[in-house]
Amino acid sequence: MSWGQFWDAVTAPRVVASYKLTFGASLLAAAINSVFGLIVAWVLVRYSFPGKRLVDALVDLPFALPTAVAGIALTALYAPNGWIGHYLQDWWGLKVAYTPLGVLVALIFIGLPFIVRTVQPVLEDVEAELEEAAATLGATRWQIFAHVIFPAVLPALLTGFTLAFARAVGEYGSVVFIAGNMPMISEITPLIIITKLEQYDYTGATAVAVVMLVTSFALLLLINYLQWLSRKHNPEK
Amino acid sequence: METTVDTALAPPARRRLARRSAREEPAWVRLALIFIALAFLLLFLFAPLAAVFAGAFRKGWEAYIASIIEPDAWSAIKLTLLAAGIAVPLNLIFGVAAAWAIAKFEFRGKSLLITLIDLPFSVSPVVSGLIYVLIFGLQGWFGPSLHEHDIKIIFAVPGIVLATMFVTFPFVARELIPLMQAQGTEEEEAAVVLGANGWQIFWRVTLPNIKWGLLYGVILCNARAMGEFGAVSVVSGHVRGLTNTMPLHVEILYNEYNFAAAFAVASLLALLALVTLALKTLVEWLGREQINRGQA
Repeated sequence: MSWGQFWDAVTAPRVVASYKLTFGASLLAAAINSVFGLIVAWVLVRYSFPGKRLVDALVDLPFALPTAVAGIALTALYAPNGWIGHYLQDWWGLKVAYTPLGVLVALIFIGLPFIVRTVQPVLEDVEAELEEAAATLGATRWQIFAHVIFPAVLPALLTGFTLAFARAVGEYGSVVFIAGNMPMISEITPLIIITKLEQYDYTGATAVAVVMLVTSFALLLLINYLQWLSRKHNPEK
Repeated sequence: METTVDTALAPPARRRLARRSAREEPAWVRLALIFIALAFLLLFLFAPLAAVFAGAFRKGWEAYIASIIEPDAWSAIKLTLLAAGIAVPLNLIFGVAAAWAIAKFEFRGKSLLITLIDLPFSVSPVVSGLIYVLIFGLQGWFGPSLHEHDIKIIFAVPGIVLATMFVTFPFVARELIPLMQAQGTEEEEAAVVLGANGWQIFWRVTLPNIKWGLLYGVILCNARAMGEFGAVSVVSGHVRGLTNTMPLHVEILYNEYNFAAAFAVASLLALLALVTLALKTLVEWLGREQINRGQA
């Protein structure tokens, strides 16, 4: 395959549309997970409520549940006749399954534990003395959170964000069921590779795979850099 | 310890009150945050889990049992057990060897090795599968010579085992490397001084120290090995009753609109996930106990 053919294969409109969906939905899912994952981690570390240990253990479900199972379960839930989907449909006229929104839902499911599990230990380590000192100096609870606690967990949050994003970009099993897989609209890049393989277009599949591999490497470097950065700021860890 | 200091220094009630207001939010904020967290988890985690079992039993027990003992489902279960049965022990040996080398010795290219071990985590499963098609497939590097000797790897069981091994490669090593690095080499050095040989050091000193971390890694490795979909899907060829693992069988049933049967097989995998989480929690707890005993 020549350089020109490679370029044509990886910049075909259908492929470019899939990059936009894959990277856009992955970014958005990681951002949503950062907000709610932080809240979940906070609640699990700081508060007590009935069933907390069970909830804590179940946060890892997306790590343990096979992606195909997650995929069909989410589709059944968010389909127009599903438990959640029919409320979304009736109340807001919102279609989730078989649209790009479905991709987002699957990627939120997949990414959540990455955020919770990277933020949780750091949150546990925030020293009570620091918060008490801030309170003694007259800080409100919100100021303490914004200026004392949040800066301490930010490196972990960023690492979790990147891990969730990297996982979401390559995710296949949970997405293909819920996405509807319409070319140009709800087709993710890994599915493009599969489709090309099924048409025996091995070179085309490899070209798109190369783009994904390069992206994974870049993300891997970024993760290592972020972890190095957070170690530099907390030398004792 | 803290409470004794408290009672010695200040009236306990006042002191505790001050502590609480510095570390805690008003009750309504607390309740709101708990509500948001649980509602989010309900929508994205608990409801899907419930949906699997609800879907599986929609047509009752008999249909459930029937779709599991049906021959194609049964051979998918056997193939999944076979792939995990090969991939997990091999990755266990590899993981211990890699973690041992990385944590206890200094050598060139160590950080490259660590990055390589992490690679399967950051590569899309689809790309992982594709790599094997490019190497062993008919158009691949070894394809023609394999074909001459009538050896089938892609679209056959060996390919499935290889792909499963690749994606579960990092689990054991990743779990052990930080653990063994934190433990350092003092205990092993003491054993050497006392005259132990390599095997004795490993079985009597290193292994007891890492056993919970090792078990933890194996549990996660096994869950992923049995549940892998993307990579296996690329190399399997989807031959019913021959090269279908459980997740692939779920996909076929689902795409044939045989939802009850798809969810029935899926529920076995969901059960596996729940057992995995329970074991993982137990092992974490046992590991903490060991650390606490070690410090006391």
